[in-house]
Amino acid sequence: MLRMTLTTTTALALLMTSASVTTAFGQTITLWAGDTGTGGEIFAELAEQFEAENPGVDVVVEEVSYQTLVESLPVQLEAGEGPDIAIITDLGGLSRFYADITDSVDADYFEQEWGQTLGWLRGGDTETTAIFGMPTTLTVNGGYVNLTLFEQAGVPVPEEGATWEEWAEATRQVAEATGTEFPMEMDRSGHRFASLAISYGAELVDEAGNPVVDDGLKAAIEQFVTWHQDGTMPMDLWGAVGGATHRELFSDFLNADTVMYFGGSWTLAQMDTEVGDLFDWAVIPAPCGPSSCTVMPGGGAMTVFSHSQNPDIAGQLIDFYARPENLDYYISNEVEIPSAVSQIENGVEYPSASERTSEALATFIAQIPKMDDAAYRFQGWRYQRAMMNAMTTRISQVLNNELTVDEALVRIEEDVNLAIQAGG
Amino acid sequence: MSARSQFAAATGTIAALPARLIEPLMYGLQRLVGIKRMPWVFLIPNLTAVVLFALLPVFINIFYSVSGSDRLFPWDRPLIGGANYATLFDCGNYLDPSTCSRDLFWRALGNTTVFVPIQVTVMIGVALITALCLNREIRGRGFFRGIFFFPVMLSPVVVALMWQWILQRNGALNGLMGAVGLTPVNWLVFPNTAFFWSVFITVWAHMGFYTIILLAGLQAIPRDVYEAARMDSASPWRSFTKITLPLLKPVLLVVFILAVIRSVQTFDELYVLTGGGPGSATMLMVQYIYEVGFASQPRNFGLAAAASLLLGLALLIFTAIQMRISRGGAND
Repeated sequence: MLRMTLTTTTALALLMTSASVTTAFGQTITLWAGDTGTGGEIFAELAEQFEAENPGVDVVVEEVSYQTLVESLPVQLEAGEGPDIAIITDLGGLSRFYADITDSVDADYFEQEWGQTLGWLRGGDTETTAIFGMPTTLTVNGGYVNLTLFEQAGVPVPEEGATWEEWAEATRQVAEATGTEFPMEMDRSGHRFASLAISYGAELVDEAGNPVVDDGLKAAIEQFVTWHQDGTMPMDLWGAVGGATHRELFSDFLNADTVMYFGGSWTLAQMDTEVGDLFDWAVIPAPCGPSSCTVMPGGGAMTVFSHSQNPDIAGQLIDFYARPENLDYYISNEVEIPSAVSQIENGVEYPSASERTSEALATFIAQIPKMDDAAYRFQGWRYQRAMMNAMTTRISQVLNNELTVDEALVRIEEDVNLAIQAGG
Repeated sequence: MSARSQFAAATGTIAALPARLIEPLMYGLQRLVGIKRMPWVFLIPNLTAVVLFALLPVFINIFYSVSGSDRLFPWDRPLIGGANYATLFDCGNYLDPSTCSRDLFWRALGNTTVFVPIQVTVMIGVALITALCLNREIRGRGFFRGIFFFPVMLSPVVVALMWQWILQRNGALNGLMGAVGLTPVNWLVFPNTAFFWSVFITVWAHMGFYTIILLAGLQAIPRDVYEAARMDSASPWRSFTKITLPLLKPVLLVVFILAVIRSVQTFDELYVLTGGGPGSATMLMVQYIYEVGFASQPRNFGLAAAASLLLGLALLIFTAIQMRISRGGAND
């Protein structure tokens, strides 16, 4: 017993000594990655090579929830805390916390690969040429459909150019014929709803950066509410949850409990691993509204924060991840849409992806040139999240008869104006 | 001298060592500040902690509530006076949240006003019944005490996720209901059932704590009082109303105040379980404050601070009333 106690004590003492030595002489870089797709797994794997090339540097990749990145990270950054690097999606909203890493990266290469998207990280400053990070991937909203259910129901799959109403009708027929619980589902997310709204003619933000609440948004909300009332969509997502909470039920699609699920390209990696050959599925081209056939773009970027004690090394780590071979390795394993020009032009091979997943990726990529200007404008707007949160909260209230559609529109405008006032 | 007395003497010497070392220091200090001020010297460490961790945050919060912008550090925030309070109180009719500028604040306040009395009453009632049962000579009493206390040790997030798994559309409860031929219910989709489960889950998660306090109170009541009542042929109900309840009153008051404060602070379980929904049916004040201050973008710290100060003020008034009632009871 005594021997065991002594051994344990000695081991603990050694552990503590080595930890303090690392802190004193080593440089630790913390990187936060969201838990969607493969999370931080691939970055952690690549970081081992960076550590080998840079003795004394310790890269700690932490996988955090998307909610943490959206809600906790900005507060930590305000207080000068948080990780050295994070892969974020609110590119414009967090711009004042970024460190300039121009001197730590190959600036010409970055400009050549991400010339168009680097501007999203500059917070609207069109004068600067500073580099604040590396756009990692592009994401595209889109609908997944269960082709097996369509086949079983004997209902033809709507073709490209079909409207949201046609999709709703077709999925209702399939659900009825096959006994599937729900025809359609959509992530509880203002970003996903914006795809529907813009295709119905909503502008959301004008060119001067002012919020717009118009008839297009009203028509989209009315249609959305009707689908919940007639059972086309379940109340579990938008009806049951309150506030601005993000909620998804992609598991319903994976379990064939819904005919169509409107989510995004980031869940593609799950399809091969979790569905495999259990049923046939496809990603559909953007459903059309009265105004356009568009979905929302999105994407992530890896940025260094100005509070970092080691911004140069953090910048070098990003430069390392940006090397063509590492970028290819990440994109092909993560099964994501690339953001680097050379990857888009030359294409990326996805060895781990099935033929079906590769086709789905091609469909997602094909939507990019068709996106409405309003979608791009909304994506780059500083108050995009305020508008998205307001839409999510107020639509849920309409679904629960707390507000009428007209009252919800007034509330959305008030909420966004209050946010602009607070942020001004 | 025996070994035992030698050991006792050595232990005594060692125990007295700190006092001997401090004694000259204390004498010096006493000469410096005077004997009348010495109590303050002893209070300074605790007062420092109270000022730093309780009073200072309150003053910072007050500053935030009268300042604007989404900046975190006070020196970056411009003063805007009572604008945040004016926004919260901008109402056509205080009884109809839809006429208020910040309708969700009033909806959350309304929900909290309904939630707290129901939850506290049920919580104390169930905790008291459980404590009375556990106070009896029953087999496996220790085991049952552990069982009832167990949920208190769980993280609120774990509690919420566990119950979400039970209550969701394809959850365990609906599975069980389907197996016995009952129609499954989508429990978290309807405002009334979601509210019911919110009360149920928070009572389940916290009642163990209050049960233990009440049990300790019950065990402090002398047995001979009950024996005397039994000899006088008092019924169990009469013993309960005339002996147990009056003697348990001080403990019940403490439990009541703690339960009310905890109930007003309810956030984690409901935020994970319902996110305040359906609509805003289970959104309580703390969630409103959290959403405005931390989940919105840009973060409106000022409005959140104003709402939290109003909540704090309401709790302060409630506690003052409680103390007054408690003092009145003590004088009886």
